[in-house]
Amino acid sequence: MSVILTYLPHLLQGLVVTLQVAAGSFVIGLLIAVLAVFGWNFGPRPLRWFISAYVTVVRGLPELLIIFLVFYGGTVLLSGAFGTYVEVNALTAGICALSVVSGAYLTEILRGALLTVPQGQWEAATSLGLSRMTAFRDVVLPQMLSYAVPGLGNQWLVILKESALVSIIGLEELMRKGVVAAGATHSPMTFYLTVGALYVAITGVSTLIIGAADRRAARGR
Amino acid sequence: MMSPDIFIKAAPVVLQGLQLTLIITIASFLLGQLLALPLGLARQASSPLLRWPAAIYTFLIRGSPLLVQLFIIYYGLGQIPAIRNSILWPILREPLYCGIIAISLNSAAYMAEVVAGALRRVPEGQTEACISLGISRRHRFTDVLLPQVYRELLPNIGNEIILVLKSSSLASAVTIMEITGVARAFTARTFAPFEVFITAGILYLAIGFAFTFLFRLLERRYGITGTRTPAPEASA
Repeated sequence: MSVILTYLPHLLQGLVVTLQVAAGSFVIGLLIAVLAVFGWNFGPRPLRWFISAYVTVVRGLPELLIIFLVFYGGTVLLSGAFGTYVEVNALTAGICALSVVSGAYLTEILRGALLTVPQGQWEAATSLGLSRMTAFRDVVLPQMLSYAVPGLGNQWLVILKESALVSIIGLEELMRKGVVAAGATHSPMTFYLTVGALYVAITGVSTLIIGAADRRAARGR
Repeated sequence: MMSPDIFIKAAPVVLQGLQLTLIITIASFLLGQLLALPLGLARQASSPLLRWPAAIYTFLIRGSPLLVQLFIIYYGLGQIPAIRNSILWPILREPLYCGIIAISLNSAAYMAEVVAGALRRVPEGQTEACISLGISRRHRFTDVLLPQVYRELLPNIGNEIILVLKSSSLASAVTIMEITGVARAFTARTFAPFEVFITAGILYLAIGFAFTFLFRLLERRYGITGTRTPAPEASA
């Protein structure tokens, strides 16, 4: 027990980094998804093909492979640009890779939510003289997001857990801090259980918040 | 920037990992499905002695990363002398078996929730109909309930095997040289990450496509027509 307390500050520092990676990837992924859904609805046909291909390909690839591609690929690109070995920062690589991943899943979630916004909302908005663009931004998008709350919440939980993979490229987040403590103390069981419990705590709290957010989003519907 | 020779060189290297990826995927998938049924039934049981342990199990597994679970099984269990001296040790010291155990235990927890949901959707009237027809409890389960549940779940099961395929890449974190493992090792030697990881990615997409095709055939043959395709959210 005392050994856990000694390392607890390190683990909590790691937890903060885990939350940064997850929140960063979630927000950037959501931006990608909103743009993708927008492009899907208003863009020319080649753009729609591109968006479909993006979603299908990313959903078929292991997240770890995408993390490696971004990390090692980024390092090669940067080293080429600077003419000397430059390693990509693991935090940046992790957030980039997981943003691309969550962007694909969030696009699917938003596309599904968009279909649940009644067609009459479009018609009402355009008949009031709003352009299609304004109708999307001010009328449809907010409703779409409110229908998407459970799906978005689920994706947040997925990204929290996937962020542990970034430890493999050396980012000092919760999982990596656990690996270091397990190695230093020769007590892997103790530390991996502690790390697991911390993940369960953040996903548990997140689940409660998502439930409250969904009830709030569903008000007046 | 990308050189075609390295693509040609990378292909046989990445293919070396194919066999292990397939072994881990298929073994974990089958074991996971096998465990998901009793877990799903326990989630729906009337006795709290069955319901609570199953609920806690799925909560803990679904609430933590697969990588942590894998490390608990591979590195953690070895810390306990009782396990090192038990007959299970020859299995638990092998990273391949640990990978399969971790992925199947993880997949079972997600699948159990899906099975429990399908069990809930079977109309109550069917139980009454079976009783009034004099069908035994056992046959009610094996001949009435299970075929309906699994025919309805075929799209979800097809989705799950893709998730298990993607999870199999985590085995590389415990030294298994499956596709992701060999690709990473080859990258370290050649410093050509794009060629190698793109080749590996194409292989994953091809395997995923093959599984999807197989499940489409199964759905066409055994599926219930007009059922929905699974929700797009990931559950890994």
